[in-house]
Amino acid sequence: MSQESLPVTAPPRASGIPRAGELEGVRPARHALFLALCVLALIVPLAVLGLLLASALHVSAPRLGWEFLTGYPSRHATSAGILPALAGSAALLTLTAGLAVPLGVGAAIYLEEYARPNRLTSLIEVNISNLAGVPSILYGLLGLEVFVRALGLGRSLISGAATLALLVLPMVIMTSREALRTVPSSLREACYALGADRWTTLRCVILPSCLPGILTGVILSLARAVGETAPLVTIGALTYVAVLPDSLGSAFTAIPIQIFNWVSRPQAEFRANAAAGVVVLLALTGALNGLCIWLRVRLGRRA
Amino acid sequence: MRHAASYLFAAAALTAACSRSAPRPPPIKADGSSTVYPISEAVAEEWKKVHPTQVTVGISGTGGGFKRFCARETDISDASRPIKKTEVDLCAKNGVEYVELPLAFDGIAVVVHPKNAWVDRLTTSELKTMWEPAAQGRVKRWSDVRKGWPEKELRLFGAGVDSGTYDYFTEAIIHEERASRGDFTSSEDDNVLVSGVAGDELALGFFGLAYYEHNRDKLKVVPIDDDKADNGAGPISPSATTVRDGTYQPLSRPIFIYVSKRSLERADVAEFVQFYLREGQKKLIAEVGYIPLPERAYPLLAARVDRRVTGSLFQGKGSQVGVSIEAMLERQQGAGR
Repeated sequence: MSQESLPVTAPPRASGIPRAGELEGVRPARHALFLALCVLALIVPLAVLGLLLASALHVSAPRLGWEFLTGYPSRHATSAGILPALAGSAALLTLTAGLAVPLGVGAAIYLEEYARPNRLTSLIEVNISNLAGVPSILYGLLGLEVFVRALGLGRSLISGAATLALLVLPMVIMTSREALRTVPSSLREACYALGADRWTTLRCVILPSCLPGILTGVILSLARAVGETAPLVTIGALTYVAVLPDSLGSAFTAIPIQIFNWVSRPQAEFRANAAAGVVVLLALTGALNGLCIWLRVRLGRRA
Repeated sequence: MRHAASYLFAAAALTAACSRSAPRPPPIKADGSSTVYPISEAVAEEWKKVHPTQVTVGISGTGGGFKRFCARETDISDASRPIKKTEVDLCAKNGVEYVELPLAFDGIAVVVHPKNAWVDRLTTSELKTMWEPAAQGRVKRWSDVRKGWPEKELRLFGAGVDSGTYDYFTEAIIHEERASRGDFTSSEDDNVLVSGVAGDELALGFFGLAYYEHNRDKLKVVPIDDDKADNGAGPISPSATTVRDGTYQPLSRPIFIYVSKRSLERADVAEFVQFYLREGQKKLIAEVGYIPLPERAYPLLAARVDRRVTGSLFQGKGSQVGVSIEAMLERQQGAGR
């Protein structure tokens, strides 16, 4: 407790941030309060999430099982399953990633590495930030008009995926740009100094070193897409589909829509199905986030 | 590290590339009313057990369903009211002809909280007082509806304005389709209305009879008196019996499917529609909470499909009140001749 004798205005040490112990000594009351607030801020969302999960697990307990995962929709709550919705969500996710990732990462690379800082570029930047805040239902309406009607893709899997890709594109671009910015310019300069051209530098130095960051952004965006309902409702994801999507033009349904349908039924038994659907959806987003952490650790180590 | 990323892309590309498999008959597409949905879903589920052709059923609402139907996007349109003039015109413009099949009856239940001791019946004119556009801002308390009722706030819950239920209720009670006060809690999801009324002692709401049947313990149904003696005198509660015999008026209505004539050229669609009528009548309609037509109606409907009798029995007038099953059958036979 020798720190107690330090003057309040102790200059920060050359190494930067003071250690926690030092601050505790300086302003014990305020620091304790701040710490308590931080812990509270951590506990509240965790408790809410835990409560949600516990209640969903509790309600869904009678339905959750292999049969539920491999079953088709039914008017009988006890035999209704989620397979077409699960397959629909998985197909949507893959297609959305296939569309949004190349476009989004490409746009980010262009804006960060190639674009000259002029009016047009800043206009594009402002627009991308704005687009990230547009309500998802508007993307649904856009998708309905552009993909379903104008391009004549119909109310199909590919229309849904394209709409979701549009929805996550701003997020993918923004997170990828952030990741690209974390690459120190010394790395670039070293690469140029070795005689590498722009493309080689990008491919062999910049992208590898920021890949974990890009992937994190991509996967978090996709985790958001998988829970979206509104845009899918507008472009006409159906409710009763007893078949797995087998082509880009297939009719499809998705987990959030199936949950919505079960919740709105008069029979109370369907609530268990809805809760089980929620658990499946949470597990899916949890798995995606897990994948994200795994990739980050793995790639981070190698880079 | 390039590998990990390319796995993701490869997976995406692979699903896209491998997705074209052996041809399958195109699915039969039904869409429309959420009220009719449970019947179509039940039929589709049974159909799946006996026939390889897939059936998909959507919920776009009656109006949304007709928009798609008239744009040739669907084969069957589920509807909780007859087709309207604007929709008739739209279909005609696109050359879509259809066979109209009234399938079953549905009642609209008017409910209050079980602890509500003062409401034991309502007349249709009292319902009009509560719900008409002029009531907004004026009829705020129960005592504004009938003298002697408590001077407590009246909280209203009703079907959302995109639903056929709302269209029909306004036509039946206010005598003008889609005219009502705007200051009530509305939802397209009837369960929201059920929990709304079940949790509020001062509430009154209306929604499909099936939702009342499944929540009897949480709600109190209000018998309705239409002040007409010729279809049962005095207040009458909704039930399978009173809806079927036409005494629960004006809040019972026919529900329909419309089948595209062009789609009926496909053998599997025609077979599906016949299956729909047969199985629906046998058990499925009652099982999902609706009231089937009298048995003798279904052969007439089947004949209507066989002969491809197109056009609407309702002359494109939209919701119509007080259509009894008998009257409908007579019209049907007339049209079939």
